[in-house]
Amino acid sequence: MKRMRMNQAITMAIRDEMAADNSVVCYGEDVAEAGGVFKTSVGLLDEFGPLRVRDMPISEMAILGSAVGAATLGLRPVVEIMFVEFFGVCLDQIVTQAAKLRYLTNGAVTVPMVARASVGAGRGFSATHSQTCETWFMSSPGLKVVHVSDGASAYGLLRSAIRDDNPVVFLEPKTAYGTRSAVTIGEEGIIPLGQAAIKRAGTDVTMISLGQLVSSCIEAAEGLNQIGISVEVIDLQTLKPWDRPTIMESVARTKRAVIVEENPLTGGWGGDLASAIGSGLFGELAAPVHRVTTPDVPVPFSRELEFQFLPSVDYITAQVSELCQTNKVPDPWWRPYQ
Amino acid sequence: MAITDLEPNQEALARREAVRTNGLERYRRMVEIRAAEAKIREFHSAGQAWGTTHCADGQEAVAVGLAAAAKPTDSIWIAHRVHGLGLALGCSLESVFAENLGRQNGSVGGIGGSFHLTEISVGLIHSFTIIGTQLAQAVGGAYAAQVQGSEMVAIAQFGDGAVNIGVFHEALNLAKIWNVPVVFLLENNHYAEFTRVDRMTPIEPLASRAEAYDMPWSVLDVQDVNDVRDGLGEAIDRARSGGGPTLVEAITYRYLGHSRSDPAAYRPAQELEAWAERDPILVNGRHLVATGMATEGELARVTEEVDSTIEAAAEAALAGPPPELGAMFANVWAPDR
Ligand SMILES: Cc1ncc(C[n+]2csc(CCOP(=O)(O)OP(=O)(O)O)c2C)c(N)n1
Ligand SMILES: [Mg+2]
Repeated sequence: MKRMRMNQAITMAIRDEMAADNSVVCYGEDVAEAGGVFKTSVGLLDEFGPLRVRDMPISEMAILGSAVGAATLGLRPVVEIMFVEFFGVCLDQIVTQAAKLRYLTNGAVTVPMVARASVGAGRGFSATHSQTCETWFMSSPGLKVVHVSDGASAYGLLRSAIRDDNPVVFLEPKTAYGTRSAVTIGEEGIIPLGQAAIKRAGTDVTMISLGQLVSSCIEAAEGLNQIGISVEVIDLQTLKPWDRPTIMESVARTKRAVIVEENPLTGGWGGDLASAIGSGLFGELAAPVHRVTTPDVPVPFSRELEFQFLPSVDYITAQVSELCQTNKVPDPWWRPYQ
Repeated sequence: MAITDLEPNQEALARREAVRTNGLERYRRMVEIRAAEAKIREFHSAGQAWGTTHCADGQEAVAVGLAAAAKPTDSIWIAHRVHGLGLALGCSLESVFAENLGRQNGSVGGIGGSFHLTEISVGLIHSFTIIGTQLAQAVGGAYAAQVQGSEMVAIAQFGDGAVNIGVFHEALNLAKIWNVPVVFLLENNHYAEFTRVDRMTPIEPLASRAEAYDMPWSVLDVQDVNDVRDGLGEAIDRARSGGGPTLVEAITYRYLGHSRSDPAAYRPAQELEAWAERDPILVNGRHLVATGMATEGELARVTEEVDSTIEAAAEAALAGPPPELGAMFANVWAPDR
């Protein structure tokens, strides 16, 4: 166990897989010489050389497309798309090509690749560099989608993602790159894909979240505990496939579910979970399944607005507490506006 | 240009007219841009501004040359390195500062932040932060002018890093086969983020790529604002008179790192010093003095005047309130027709 920043944990995970398997290669814009704009590949060029660690031109379609081709013929590319929005210029290669090649070749071809990207609001990067965009990938069968919450989950899940034989979209909250935490390095630190993590046990309500909002949920849960509400917090970790047994088992116990999600209300992944929980546990719940999300607007820049836009610890606390006390779904803060 | 029914911004129009018609004003604007970028960095170090910011110190001749060459009725679609371009085209200091600060009095109301500017009155449509996207949009803007029978020329500004993204090629090809009035302004500041231009693009000059699209091209290579104005002017005239698109490469140099967090340690020794000898403000100052258009004393006075303008604008920007909560919801959709 070592304390390190999340970007160091990511670097470590790539390093350890590259050391274990010569077919793992790593590239993207400013990934090699500069060690990545978020410092997630520092030292890899020195250790593994320019054939396996490469800088790329601003050519996302070629970055992803070459990864698909290289994966098809036996490499395991780990490529970086600096901000998740840049998938917008190369979406074909991931959702139409990588996701469907195995299916369309009747299983003759596999595409073991990882496409990493930074996600999320909270850094003043505004509308074009602050989304999570998880659902772009979630609705494409054939892809796995991971969204990590801290150094340990980044290390453990990235190693699994690189070993996985499917294309994996691997999302990293940009606000967490510099955050230090304890990380278990080596085989013991590996976290399987498809498993959620119960971060905190509780009995009155289950909060389900992902990415940077997991820590907000934990903080809210501590506060709620003070006022007598016992909260279970689950970090979904892998969004697709999501861990149905863990979620269902937890909500069956607590009888309340609040999904806390960094996405606009409309079209967020929480809708899928809510429908699964609502249908699966119909008649057994004490309160309707609730979703805490952002409003249906792009991410605004001004600091005041951006932190109103993102669900805060106080807001999550208030929403969960009202739900638990009334067993009715509370209004979102933006009801007067939207 | 029927882009909007907003009231024309007279201050922006006047600022634009100044650099279009007056050589000393072009000098003043370059000095203003240099000082404004320093002020923006100050906002950041003081914790007043938020997010990141991309400065273009050293590239002032391109911004002001473009502003002088294009008419305010032409449409301009720029990339992410915005402060100098915005100020050159006519944005006020206050609106650029306040946008960096996320205030209501910012160029886009504090909703966009450091790399988002719009000033429709002088044709600045917007700054586009996904590399290359504005090239295709400018082609569409030029097509609209063609359909509407207007005199408008569309100008897309972008960096050396943008020549390797697919949309660069798609936009150039489309512009040529449609023969639309568009000018592609490739601002080559030698770096894309931390990477030198020649590491990622095997040809030189970059503008020669236009040959693949049977498109005229030129290279403007002297950090001279009037040279940029004339070179771009030629391309703009060609477009306006039905001669179709041109790719113009302006060679310049980025004095600082890519963004706030980049100390540019990857730069070869002496490179910055060599470019500083060709500093666009220095080059233009020498020219003004040599041609008798200004004295050394007058140039010094410009710098003093600019400094006090900057301070006043900074104060006004800082006095602006943050956007109201409702601003977050205001322009998600256009109102019903
Ligand atoms: C599609 C896309 N890929 C990557 C980026 C990240 N990015 C922002 S600026 C930049 C470098 C651009 O270099 P250049 O075009 O030369 O413009 P300059 O920054 O020098 O003004 C990169 C890679 C982006 N914004 N969009
Ligand atoms: Mg550049």
